[in-house]
Amino acid sequence: MGGFLSETFLAALLFGAITAAIPLLLAGLGEQMSEKAGVLNIGIEGMMIAGAYAGFLGAYYSGSFWLGFATGAAAGILVAALMALLCVRLGLNQIVIGIALTLGLEGLTALLHHFQFSRSYPRLPAAQVTPIPLLAEIPVFGPALFRHHLIVYLAVAAVFAMIWVYRRTQLGLNLQAAGDKPAALDVAGIDVVRTRTAAVLFTGGMAGLGGAYLANVGAGLFIPFITNGAGFLGIVLAMLARGRPLWVLAGALIFGGCLSLTTAAQVAGINVPTDVIQMVPFLAVMAMLVLFGRRASLPAALGIPYERGAR
Amino acid sequence: MPGMQTTTKPPEMRQAIVTLDGVTKRFPGIIANDRVDLVIRAGEVHVLLGENGAGKSTLIGMLSGLQQPDEGRILIDGKAMPIRSPSHALSLGIGTVFQHNMLVPSLTVAENLALGGKWWQKPRLGELAARVDEIARPLGININLDAVVSDLSLGEQQQVEIVRALLRNSRLLILDEATSMLTPQGIAELGALMRRLVERGLAVVFITHKLGEAAEFGDRVSVLKLGRKVGEIGPDRLRSLEHDELVDEIVSKMFGRNAGDGAISIPDRPANDEALLAVRDLRVLPGKDTSGLEAISFMVGRGEILGVAGIDGNGQKQLAEALAGQRRTDGGSVTLAGRSLDGLDVGKRRELGLRYLTDDRLGEGTVGTFPVSINYFLKQIGEPPFWRSGIEHSREINTHARDLTRQFDVRTPSLSTPVGRLSGGNIQKVLIARELAEGARAVIFNKPTYGLDLANTQATRQRIRDVAGQGLAVLLISTDLEELLSMCHRIAVMSQGRLVGTIANGAGAGERVGRLMIGLAA
Ligand SMILES: Nc1ncnc2c1ncn2[C@@H]1O[C@H](COP(=O)(O)OP(=O)(O)OP(=O)(O)O)[C@@H](O)[C@H]1O
Ligand SMILES: [Mg+2]
Repeated sequence: MGGFLSETFLAALLFGAITAAIPLLLAGLGEQMSEKAGVLNIGIEGMMIAGAYAGFLGAYYSGSFWLGFATGAAAGILVAALMALLCVRLGLNQIVIGIALTLGLEGLTALLHHFQFSRSYPRLPAAQVTPIPLLAEIPVFGPALFRHHLIVYLAVAAVFAMIWVYRRTQLGLNLQAAGDKPAALDVAGIDVVRTRTAAVLFTGGMAGLGGAYLANVGAGLFIPFITNGAGFLGIVLAMLARGRPLWVLAGALIFGGCLSLTTAAQVAGINVPTDVIQMVPFLAVMAMLVLFGRRASLPAALGIPYERGAR
Repeated sequence: MPGMQTTTKPPEMRQAIVTLDGVTKRFPGIIANDRVDLVIRAGEVHVLLGENGAGKSTLIGMLSGLQQPDEGRILIDGKAMPIRSPSHALSLGIGTVFQHNMLVPSLTVAENLALGGKWWQKPRLGELAARVDEIARPLGININLDAVVSDLSLGEQQQVEIVRALLRNSRLLILDEATSMLTPQGIAELGALMRRLVERGLAVVFITHKLGEAAEFGDRVSVLKLGRKVGEIGPDRLRSLEHDELVDEIVSKMFGRNAGDGAISIPDRPANDEALLAVRDLRVLPGKDTSGLEAISFMVGRGEILGVAGIDGNGQKQLAEALAGQRRTDGGSVTLAGRSLDGLDVGKRRELGLRYLTDDRLGEGTVGTFPVSINYFLKQIGEPPFWRSGIEHSREINTHARDLTRQFDVRTPSLSTPVGRLSGGNIQKVLIARELAEGARAVIFNKPTYGLDLANTQATRQRIRDVAGQGLAVLLISTDLEELLSMCHRIAVMSQGRLVGTIANGAGAGERVGRLMIGLAA
């Protein structure tokens, strides 16, 4: 038995941190794109829970984790399409619609799950991991960091893909213009509504993926309300990261580490009241907000629907 | 050569690129365009004139796909063609420089110019540099492609927008008050460029408030008033009229009265010549893309108007802000009526009588969503008699606001109208009313008539003369040389953050100031 510096604790903490960080990372990256394009996507929590449920069903009935990710992402995109229609095309209030979508989908998925499985919570088999040759052999860190499902590595790769998109591509310029000065994008000949819709759909896909990971890989089952605010944490991450994908990754790892403290402590047999440990993520959020939140500069047109020719 | 043919054709035979046929556009409570007929021909610079709110920009909005007409038709090359969207307008060859800045502040100049490419393409920032250089050089425009737009002055941003419109190879180029922030040279270069473009067979629509530009660059002048087209002067008549006759005719069309009151009138100065505002060796270190200030020294006496001329972006804004206390200085001293202002903040300086009218009326001058009444007292928020123990006294505010509205002739539907909804000239009046209130001793005006129509311009200029007449010291920063010559006692010229000379106004002053501005000895 060891203390906070024991190998068991460290390994459990790191492994748990990554597992907990991936859904946050996916949600954060997704939200970041919406915000960049000027849409405050509060519905992301709803997109995530839809992804978790649909993802679980996909994997449960097909036996394939990949199909689960596909159905999860599809469900997220479907919800996002509704959000895009209401908020981007029709210009309704993004906060109101976002909250409504979240509450609606939390209820809907809980209800559907109840009809389907009553009070039983069927489990999926453990997800297959893809160890990275050589790296996975490093003591303590190897198994913790380099023995994960393939989607984990893909999610990290997505961070760099996003950096490339934002810095180097026309799409990146268009997204930033849509969020900062949509009229300028419009008169440059690019459809603002389409650009923003694409961004919102991307958010839906990433959130759905994050939800599916949370249920299928993280927990191995679906329980109502399983996302438990992960989508909202994604919003916090996107706000703090100020448009930088790498910061979303860093933030997700910090939050992930805090979230996995409880489990890691139990695994290592450390006796700290769980109530105390469960407070840590929230303290972390507050600390990060105090440290970085003040300087958070958001796109000028964030949350404002674009209407051509309006004054 | 097709270009030759176009220009040698008689004016009425020139090919119509765009025709407006009885176009009407309504906004809630107002008819912005009322059955307007307009023919825009290849090979012509078509000038649109009209007071603030006459409906010029609305017309342009329909040509560039931002608005759809409620009635009437738009014809392209003689065929009816609704312009569905901005991208449709661009594909029809209609390029526009909008009155209101259409650049993304957080992107660089190069990125802004690249905006509009297909999303799957890579922005070709490299290629851009060569093409921009090709276009900008003959215009005398120097563009730093790597500068972030928000760091540029409004004038520099306008230059970027003009270059962007030219990059697109349009058949019809629309410039909606694109010269409002340019220097005299910049305007002359742009005029020459417009001439070259129409000789190649393009059409140009040029909107301005300056009649001189209209007469100089235009082939045809159309005048709008309250949404209606009230007159058109074709090329033949335009050429045959003497300048003064032309100005008279246009002014009477636009305002229903005669010009002649825009003449030079330099206010008399009180005999007393004590220096009210004295600046010694003022220094501001240059920023990333902004010029600094170097060894700026001058004095302004009671009742004196000291003009500050110079090409836009040579430190005028920094000077104004440094004096007002909005910008940190790195050396030097400022005294007002013998009191040192060094180290004092904006509020203290204001209290001591130094007032600043910014050129960024909506951005930093007013809070657009606040009512007119509150905007009058923006700088006294929390102070009695308008606020007592933290509570707003609406009655007090409204009584004073009503007085100011009357006194300064602010045209507003009501005191509670958000100031952002007023026209540019009226926003300016709100600012003037606020800054001249009680205790002003020295006033800095930064481009006070930019974007105002003729009537408002003259009213503002008269107001400035009155201010000086009351014995205040006035520092008048402007890129409009005519304006400075028409009212200043002396004109200082700024170039690259320095004062390169001060000229007493009088015969030949214009040329001497101009020479200083372009780097020659006076
Ligand atoms: N989108 C809009 N919604 C409501 N009213 C509008 C809108 N656009 C223009 N207007 C109104 O239509 C009228 C004409 O405005 P417009 O901008 O065309 O004038 P302008 O001739 O360009 O004036 P300026 O010289 O000040 O630019 C004004 O009364 C204006 O308030
Ligand atoms: Mg206009």
